[in-house]
Amino acid sequence: MDIEYVSQLARMELTDKQKSKLSKQLSDILAYIEKLKELDVSTVQPLSHVLPLKNVFRQDKIRPSLPLNKVLNNAPSREGDSFSVPKVIE
Amino acid sequence: MELYKLTARQIKDLIEDKKTSPKEVAESLISRIEATENKVKALCLVDKEDIFTQCRELEKRSEHGPLFGIPVVIKDNICVQGQDTTCASRILKGFKPPYDATVVSRLKQAGAVIFAKANMDEFAFGSSCETSCYGATHNPWDLQRIPGGSSGGSCASVAADETVMALGSDTGGSIRQPASLCGVVGLKPTYGRVSRYGLIAFASSLDQIGPVTKDVADAALLLNVIAGSDIMDSTCVDREVPDYTKSLVDNVQGVKIGVPKEYFSEGLDSQVRDAVEKALDVLKGLGAQVKEISLTHTDYAVADYYIVATAEASSNLARFDGVQYGHRSASPRSLIDMYKKTRGEGFGEEAKRRIILGTYVLSSGYYDAYYLRALKVRRLIKEDFDRAFSHVDCIITPTSPTVAFKIGEKIDDPLAMYLSDVFTISANLAGMPGISVPCGLSQEGLPIGLQIIAKPFDEEMLFRTAYTFEKNTKWHKEKPRL
Amino acid sequence: MSKEYKTVIGLEVHVQLATKSKCFCGCSTEFGRKPNSQVCPVCLGFPGSLPVLNEEALRLAIKAALALNCQISKFIKFDRKNYFYPDLPKNFQISQYDLPVSHDGWLMISGPGGEKKIRIKRAHLEEDAGKLIHEQGGSRSFVDFNRTGTPLLEIVSEPDINSADEAYEYLTRLKGILEYLEVSDCNMEQGSLRCDANISVMPAGAKELGEKVELKNMNSFRFVKIALEYEAKRQIEALEGKEKVVQETRLWHEQKGITISMRSKEHAHDYRYFPEPDLVPFVLDDGYIQKIGESLPELSQEKKERFVEEYNIPEYDAGVLTADKYLANYFEECAKLYSKPKTISNWIMSELLAYIREKNLEVRYLKLKPRSFVEIFRLMDEGVISGKVAKQILPEMLESEKQARDIVKEKGLVQISDTSEIDKMAQEVIRDNPKPAADYRAGQANALSFLVGQIMKKSRGKANPQIVNKLLKQKLERGEDA
Repeated sequence: MDIEYVSQLARMELTDKQKSKLSKQLSDILAYIEKLKELDVSTVQPLSHVLPLKNVFRQDKIRPSLPLNKVLNNAPSREGDSFSVPKVIE
Repeated sequence: MELYKLTARQIKDLIEDKKTSPKEVAESLISRIEATENKVKALCLVDKEDIFTQCRELEKRSEHGPLFGIPVVIKDNICVQGQDTTCASRILKGFKPPYDATVVSRLKQAGAVIFAKANMDEFAFGSSCETSCYGATHNPWDLQRIPGGSSGGSCASVAADETVMALGSDTGGSIRQPASLCGVVGLKPTYGRVSRYGLIAFASSLDQIGPVTKDVADAALLLNVIAGSDIMDSTCVDREVPDYTKSLVDNVQGVKIGVPKEYFSEGLDSQVRDAVEKALDVLKGLGAQVKEISLTHTDYAVADYYIVATAEASSNLARFDGVQYGHRSASPRSLIDMYKKTRGEGFGEEAKRRIILGTYVLSSGYYDAYYLRALKVRRLIKEDFDRAFSHVDCIITPTSPTVAFKIGEKIDDPLAMYLSDVFTISANLAGMPGISVPCGLSQEGLPIGLQIIAKPFDEEMLFRTAYTFEKNTKWHKEKPRL
Repeated sequence: MSKEYKTVIGLEVHVQLATKSKCFCGCSTEFGRKPNSQVCPVCLGFPGSLPVLNEEALRLAIKAALALNCQISKFIKFDRKNYFYPDLPKNFQISQYDLPVSHDGWLMISGPGGEKKIRIKRAHLEEDAGKLIHEQGGSRSFVDFNRTGTPLLEIVSEPDINSADEAYEYLTRLKGILEYLEVSDCNMEQGSLRCDANISVMPAGAKELGEKVELKNMNSFRFVKIALEYEAKRQIEALEGKEKVVQETRLWHEQKGITISMRSKEHAHDYRYFPEPDLVPFVLDDGYIQKIGESLPELSQEKKERFVEEYNIPEYDAGVLTADKYLANYFEECAKLYSKPKTISNWIMSELLAYIREKNLEVRYLKLKPRSFVEIFRLMDEGVISGKVAKQILPEMLESEKQARDIVKEKGLVQISDTSEIDKMAQEVIRDNPKPAADYRAGQANALSFLVGQIMKKSRGKANPQIVNKLLKQKLERGEDA
């Protein structure tokens, strides 16, 4: 596994020590997971929902939104009524 | 009278007979917590003032509700409005949800007292309750040992009589395995039976909230309150909720019990095997028919689970980025830097391991080999159960292959840790309901649990079988000495 | 340019669907409210929250897809598109990957060689992101989540478009259709319709497509056109200069009028799509789709045919008028109030559309209402003003909401139909211009228009041209000299 690439995708900083420890552990886990390849699944349909549910909708009705103090109560950084983050450079 | 030792049904009767009050019950439990919590460390938040405010409010109520005055501990991954809900993670430190989980509002409506937040493995990632940012929870039966996980705090607090009931969540065994190791009753309902709205998701297609109680009757009482459809959760089924207390009958005459041979293999501790076999004899003696069955793909369940669950988790946990709530790294140099540092600092080791694994199995070039294949194997596992249930009413297995292990024993061997869920994971992958009830004590005096699995939405079968077993044995009356 | 090149363009249009509440929660979709005032735990992606699909969003998506001749999928599911961005609260977008609402449609545009079919690859439903405001000169960006979770239909064309003009035509037609359907208000200024483009060039006759460049940040159809023209030229110049065109994303820079490479973005996107576990699939039966089909309103083609028939106007006029639903409505309003449809259509197509294009306006936001507009025609019919004066006062009516009669009165623009006054002016003009007068008498008919012009000048455009003509002719023919 390219741990550099994957941690970049996950936007998660890892120390060098963590990287080497994780790489070792993950390669053990991946080796264990390899056992799934023993099974012939060529004719099996994937199962992403265990329930045979379908067509669950809500109606187009407006429900009250949160008051602003509850929206921003947990914000690590805010400016006026907005959340503030380091500048997004495009 | 030591109120804290009682079950919910006993307390209900006393309150109804005006022999006690919600406040007296709360006081009894708070003094118990003060006596034991420094040893067990099952709870991460107890707000006494809030408890008494709730009791005062309750006393004004004219309609009592089915859980009137009953203290319920809530696992720290279930949102309680205005109360720290952190999933035992640094990244959510101080997070106060602006809303109640559906189960919490149903509990409040039923008159329950939201008593405390229970410790857990960080984001429910673990089977030992050691990965919490608040530190490990200890097993009340032996403080050197783990209580199981991830709902370790919920189960340990019930076992230690620090609460009457608790809510846990179960993604791969996180209610049943710690219930087994702590000698209490733990139930994972059918996927879709209980609303997940307000449960901070680990793996959305596997997670269910369920009761942790001192006996089977209390589990039925609690499930009655929390089960049922919810307009806020598309996956919560619109299906009538039976009165589960009606299933509490002492009768298994003619019940067909399947015992999957794959669960009685090498990794199983002989003491656990003996206890489960004795339990089966008890049920047989009461008129149940016990027969061996096969769940062919059992051996693939753990591998399958660690792909499906971590993939979903990697996506569910992407929102913890320091923008709206929780931890944000101090003075980041840029936006990317903020993301990376916040997540690097905020997540513990096991969370990082699972996020990396889950991100990897979904990433370009690996999706088919891992994730898609895992979804297919998941179908095979579910079909095993469907086949089995065409000729049995329930399936009985050990809940955990071993009794509680020592704190620190498996912490650096994640694979060994993952394998401690080997018997519980399949029920999540297949969406089946399962319950763990105490069925013995090991020579060291540690609890052993019996798992009963039923067809989807046949929780009644679980209650009937578990209740009958409980009525005819004494294991649920055993208490840890604290 | 030494060779001929072929330009290949595909367009991705995002259009906000006109639901009252958001796609997966009950927050209002109204535009222009205070930041973060239309948000809830669901659209903020708060831990524990879950999406539930707004049926109206799906209905509108299907309606649009049907009008675009798309196949509606019988089995629809949602997927998560995972990427980190501060305007995306969950750091994944609920979108559709392999089983979109609809696919394989088309729409007709008029090209240089007549009507041309542009195929539509797919149209899928997804949730919109929030809005970022960048601090001027500072180091921060501010996030407003009001727009987050608004339902979007993404309409992806096949690369069948071969010029910037065709792209413009495609967008105009598409917008026309969507407005007719009332599935979106298509307001580009408020961002309810947005467009990205893929463009490549290749030498005529070449077999392989050139490297594709993705263009973003074009916030009007006009800019789409200019940006595509610019980009095609840039790519051709690069090829001519033996440079390579690289596959990349470029931003349209409105002030500089150029496209700029987005170097900072990662090269490969790895969105890790997987099925959204929190939503169930949608399986639509034929009846459901048919019912939506039956609700489709009259579209532009049908309306065009009706206009020709009902108002007896040329097909060309009907085509222009019905390209925009609001323009068609405007015309019909006028036609109800005034009985000469061709006059209305002439004035709309020349004066009104010129004004709208110049000001980059939308018809529905015109201050000049049909009732006031037709007054101009009445004033002309009554002989109160000339056509010239009418054209003169129209701009003021468009800007000020003033009534035609009031402007005419205020400015003293009432037409001079008083023969004695005109007679006097005619005498003077013939006297002062003996040569043209003589020419006319000698048989040079065009000399008359010079003399008419002189009278109009004298009267500052107010003289009734018919009377001027008549009087002049009489005088000259009778040989009346000064």
